[in-house]
Amino acid sequence: MTADKFSATVRNSDDNAIIDLFGSMNALADDVLSKAFEEAARFNPNTILLNFSAVDYINSTGIALIVELLAKARKNQWEVGVFGLSDHYLQIFRLTRLSDFMEIYQNESSALLT
Amino acid sequence: MSNKPSFWKRIFKRSQDQSNQDSSSNLEMTSESEIKPLDIPSDDPLLTLITTSPGLIEVNKHNIDSPTLDRLRADGVKLVLPLVSQGDLIGLLNLGSRMSEQEYSSDDFHLLNNLATQASPALRVAQLARQQQLEAQERERIIYELQVARLIQETLLPKEIPSSSGWLLDVHWQPAREVGGDFYDFIHLPENRLGILVADVTDKGIPAAMVMATSRSLLREAAERLIEPGKVLAYANDVLHSEIPPKMFVTCLYLVLNLESGEILFSNAGHNPPYLHSKDQVSELIATGMPLGLMPEMDYDQNRATIQPGETLMLSSDGLVEAHNPAYEMFGFPRVQELVRNYEGGDGLIAHLMQNLRTFVGEAYEQEDDITILTIERFEVLDSAVDTYKSVIEKFEGAQVLGEFAIASEPGSERRVAEQVLEVIAPLNLPEERYERLGTAVAEAAMNAMEHGNSFDPKKNVEINVLADEHQVTISITDQGGSSNIPKTTQPDLEAKLDGEQPTRGWGMFLIKNMVDEMNIIQTEDRHTIELLMHYGDGGV
Repeated sequence: MTADKFSATVRNSDDNAIIDLFGSMNALADDVLSKAFEEAARFNPNTILLNFSAVDYINSTGIALIVELLAKARKNQWEVGVFGLSDHYLQIFRLTRLSDFMEIYQNESSALLT
Repeated sequence: MSNKPSFWKRIFKRSQDQSNQDSSSNLEMTSESEIKPLDIPSDDPLLTLITTSPGLIEVNKHNIDSPTLDRLRADGVKLVLPLVSQGDLIGLLNLGSRMSEQEYSSDDFHLLNNLATQASPALRVAQLARQQQLEAQERERIIYELQVARLIQETLLPKEIPSSSGWLLDVHWQPAREVGGDFYDFIHLPENRLGILVADVTDKGIPAAMVMATSRSLLREAAERLIEPGKVLAYANDVLHSEIPPKMFVTCLYLVLNLESGEILFSNAGHNPPYLHSKDQVSELIATGMPLGLMPEMDYDQNRATIQPGETLMLSSDGLVEAHNPAYEMFGFPRVQELVRNYEGGDGLIAHLMQNLRTFVGEAYEQEDDITILTIERFEVLDSAVDTYKSVIEKFEGAQVLGEFAIASEPGSERRVAEQVLEVIAPLNLPEERYERLGTAVAEAAMNAMEHGNSFDPKKNVEINVLADEHQVTISITDQGGSSNIPKTTQPDLEAKLDGEQPTRGWGMFLIKNMVDEMNIIQTEDRHTIELLMHYGDGGV
């Protein structure tokens, strides 16, 4: 059985704060994601980039956590971009219309180019 | 000088006694508690003297019929130094005799006039700062009052929406920024009946909240005692008429629903009529009656109707119909009625109405009044688990059972369910994209069954059945959730979630429905089953 673990690291690149996400995004990811957002906020970025390359599972609560993060970023007038989504989760981002509110990039270098 | 009474009516002076005290006493003298306000009547000739003869006024040299000057003279004031800023008299500096008891010299006059010139702007700034401080305090008081009113309003609303087998009740309550007086209530009555009311108090803020509190407890008490809606409203009307302030009133729709037969008994005290939606038809349920609290000893019509399986009754407050678009057109009854009529099911009638309202009012919309929409939907109930089993067998005659298993309801176990199902169906060779979608749907359905159906009770299992025939695979996920209803699948409103108007959660059923080719919900007295169907697609067996 896949272990439901989640962790995140935050780094800075120019005007971007990049949050690298690892593991399963479900209810257990709540605290880690909130702390990662706070840490990213310290960089006062123009854009927060979420790296999903190492995320293997997102459930409906995980979607709710992404919505929460997006809402907080919008309050600060920060853009949110994502990269590293699998085709399946890209489909879910489109279905939920999250893709209408955040830029979706193929990978980190294309995200940092814009 | 402009005529601004608030500026000149409260001018301060020092008393003669104070001006003659020693230096230690002078500290006390300057404390605010010893400064007496001096009110100058608007017709006092002193004001004319000040405006026509700028500069120092020697009190004893003017023989005018001024009550203020007489009083200053009696207090021992010798000189009055008007403080004027931008043409407005903003204060008087009143001086008694010199401590040396000598007369004031021309140098003194010069010095005092300079003092007035320099002190006036400083005093004006201080006055404006004080005024702003008072205004800020007033704003804080209003915000506090709004918070109290909102708290009263929210405290009085039901914490839970009742659930009953075969019925789905839903409420949308959206308060305006300035607290209005909408409220709703559910009252459990004997013989499997449910009292349902939607009401709207005129006025806003704390007065509306207080009348709402009174009305709610009054209606609740009367509903439990008198049962019949007409009698309940007549009683509430008489009591409210004597208790609430004049010009305030309460509109109210009250109905008693028989949860077994679907029959409703309803009365209306000047509230919006409810709409009964049936297939592509809508009917307005009419009962007449005056709003509560306007006139005593009123009679209220009491009429009957029946909500059949497949039908929905919609109650609302006037915040919905009276919403305006930028061109100041009203959303209006005809539009609401048409929206109810053309509702085709799926996302829920409330979501259907609110989405259309948002489109109508536009993005710059500032909500003018509370909006309450309450829907009562009746649907077919299968009588027992045997019926469910029969329906599955009939539907999938010839299907092969690929797997049957049960998993305890524990947080996080949903992925185990999904992994087991995907393992079982691996030989079917579904295209990768369908395979992943099915995995997400199964995990979400299992999570719902464990969390909402079985309340994460580890003693309660979630049962999973996997059936396959030549066209499709069907996964049934069953919990032991009793008679509570599975919420309708609605399209989540992402804008509202991002704006904090709706909880960020609530994606589960939407995801499930959109991940599979068909989703069915089968409910019995004590179980829910979610049935997920997925065709094999191009790469199937």
